[in-house]
Amino acid sequence: MNKQVNSLETIAKKSVLSVSSIITYLIIILVDGLLGYVTIRLASMGYIPLTIVFSIIIILITISFLIPKLHHLRWMAVGLSAWLLFSIFPILFTIYNAFTNYGDGHLITKDQAVEQITRQTFLPETGKAYEWIAYKSSENDYLLWVKDSDGKTFIARPIDSTADEKIFDVVTGENGIGEIDENGAPISIEGYTLLNKILAATDQNLTNIKFGDPENTIQVRSPSEAAELVPKYDYNPDDGVFTDLETGKQYFDIEGTWTARDGTELIPGYNTVIGFDNFVEFATSPGLRGPLVTIVTWNFIFATMSLFLTFALGLLIAVIYGDPNFKGKKILRSLLIIPYTIPSLITILIWRGMLNPDLGVVNRVIESIFGISPDWFNVASLARIAILIVNTWLGYPYWMLVTSGALQSIPSDIYEAAEVDGATGLQRFWRITLPLLLVSVGPLMIASFIFNFNNFNLIYAFINGGPPIPTATTTAGYTDIIISYVYNLAFASGRGVQYGYASAISVVLFILIAVMSLIQFRFTNMWEEVGENV
Amino acid sequence: MSKKNKTSKQLSMTQSKRLGTILRWLLAVVLVVFSVFPVLWIVSASLDPVNNLATQKLIPTNAGFENFRELVNNPIFPFFTWLWNSIKVSTITTLLTLSLTTMAAYAFSRFRFKGRQGLLKTILLVQSFPNLLAIVALFSISKQIGDVFEALGLNTHAGLILVYLGGAMGMNIWLMKGYMDTIPRDIDESAHVDGASDWQVFSRLILPLLRPILTVIGILSFIGTYGEFIIARTLLTKRELQTVMVGLQIYTSGQYTQNWGVFAAGALIAALPIMIIYLLLQDLIVGGLTQGAVKG
Repeated sequence: MNKQVNSLETIAKKSVLSVSSIITYLIIILVDGLLGYVTIRLASMGYIPLTIVFSIIIILITISFLIPKLHHLRWMAVGLSAWLLFSIFPILFTIYNAFTNYGDGHLITKDQAVEQITRQTFLPETGKAYEWIAYKSSENDYLLWVKDSDGKTFIARPIDSTADEKIFDVVTGENGIGEIDENGAPISIEGYTLLNKILAATDQNLTNIKFGDPENTIQVRSPSEAAELVPKYDYNPDDGVFTDLETGKQYFDIEGTWTARDGTELIPGYNTVIGFDNFVEFATSPGLRGPLVTIVTWNFIFATMSLFLTFALGLLIAVIYGDPNFKGKKILRSLLIIPYTIPSLITILIWRGMLNPDLGVVNRVIESIFGISPDWFNVASLARIAILIVNTWLGYPYWMLVTSGALQSIPSDIYEAAEVDGATGLQRFWRITLPLLLVSVGPLMIASFIFNFNNFNLIYAFINGGPPIPTATTTAGYTDIIISYVYNLAFASGRGVQYGYASAISVVLFILIAVMSLIQFRFTNMWEEVGENV
Repeated sequence: MSKKNKTSKQLSMTQSKRLGTILRWLLAVVLVVFSVFPVLWIVSASLDPVNNLATQKLIPTNAGFENFRELVNNPIFPFFTWLWNSIKVSTITTLLTLSLTTMAAYAFSRFRFKGRQGLLKTILLVQSFPNLLAIVALFSISKQIGDVFEALGLNTHAGLILVYLGGAMGMNIWLMKGYMDTIPRDIDESAHVDGASDWQVFSRLILPLLRPILTVIGILSFIGTYGEFIIARTLLTKRELQTVMVGLQIYTSGQYTQNWGVFAAGALIAALPIMIIYLLLQDLIVGGLTQGAVKG
């Protein structure tokens, strides 16, 4: 802040300070102050990466206004800030995650994991034992009265109870305790009923409840005995080894997971960098590689076929109805463009209803004509065909519009010359129209290919990648493409989220997309135009 | 070649021409059915009081607006709240996108500075990374910002708009810059000579000339934001905050076959604004699309 004030002063000395520049500087100070506050708060909460991003944003905004040479940055400071925060940073974050084991079981830091594991307890077969009696309220709350071998008695609430006092002495009149019998146990507790031996022995919940507080936890072991729980694992901070006090087994810290010699693992592990393991994994693990090969193959088939079908149908329409003599051209175009005017998610959901194998209109019609009812949702090849049909419906109007525009720009004298040379209509199409067209719409074809390559909405909203691939160890289906597979890995419940692994595939996918985009930019001469001195 | 032969050839040509026209019309009918049927089907479903996927007929008996009424009155399916959320978020995102990209594009078009090409190329390339892939990161950034500044965190529309703005720089800048490059620089140079500042040149001279491209980018940005559902679904978990696309998508993952008519009514209302925009402004949008913009 001091620096700004200083430079403000120098500016003031050098030139006459106009009103507008005072306002500008006031705004910068205000914005910097606000962002600075957010940054400090972020730092204090331990969000270090985000703190760095915000610091960069503050520097960017400040220098763009204070250094005259960087005045062009003023025009894009806000845009670039949003871009850094929500485009660049997420990509870097994803790349970093690709080299970690971030995911279910590895979401927390090492200290948190050690603390969680050392908190785990077990019920020893020997050790301090108690006599016990249980009480139960109508809301299924329990109280446990216990008496140790020295004759000391107390009552414990469940460890997850919301009451402050988890353990209290047996005193008539306190905590609703009524008369006390000769053994020292309350005969009644207000709001609770005493469970007799038979009720207590048959109560399903009782043996699972931990009573008391973390320092002194008691669990029912048998109808006659309750016992104090003891810590299960002992942690040695020097070599990072956990020892199971019950079995004596040792667990070694291997890349964020404490693993025993026999392969058993402790839960939770912690989030740490594991190098190229995620990348190696999908090359070597059959359960992962299997679906990935299927998915990548289908991804390319899907994108290619989608492009081909939409382009072919769109071009066909453009050629047949491009004829200026054809009446009704305008209304036809307006009708045929309709699929394109509906937000794609809505059309996908409509098709999902229409293609419903049991109830949808398509199958009702097919069944009444051919007597068969194709199962679009559960048979892999049919599901893929259905997706291509839907995508053709979604995409052909685009190519109809684009190609009819491009066809008009082909000079007519070329056709006249060809006609003079005796070329037939088909020859003209294959030899002249198509090659010229491909040159002019080539870049758009690449763009469309990339778009379909990542057409998550269609795959996800139609049948969520299904039908499932049975051999896969992760959530994967026959119509899944890479991007929907990654999404499932990161978010699908059931088989656990695996951000690290999902990020590794994302990185590979990004490289693929980047290469395709670069090819597209080359074709479009975008790079050259960027450099052009217009 | 005899005269007779020639006339028969002419005759067959007019015949084949007529045949061609008939075939064309037949094909046109097939195509129109293919393209319009789903829309008709959804219109019919929305008017069908039976409200069930299995028994729906193309021409519903006792057609009426019951499904639409149901849409208004259903408390667990607050359709019009969602629609309003969508319109609000999309409109604000579009306006901010337009101002951010127009200003940035002006700098790229009019100033020459070190790293200009590099920055422009990076922006273009980075945009090809689908932000869906970074959704875990987007979620945790939103959460962390929200921990500090609640109004911009998870479960806020402002936070969602902020995330959308992160993707504003990209193809839009490219389109906008391309358009600005076609405006001769002599205009602003003479204005500069007259003592106009950069800001004056931008706001008084350039901006009014940008109306067509502003419309294209504005519409495409609006449609793209309006149709987006996966980020919205991840960042907004409260029912009353969700957008209409998220709502419709969630609706169909439940027992939608029993409530097909209500879904159809919702889908129809949600699609209508976009359909109207498209049909009215076809030519403008097509122009933008052929320059490389992608529909959301």
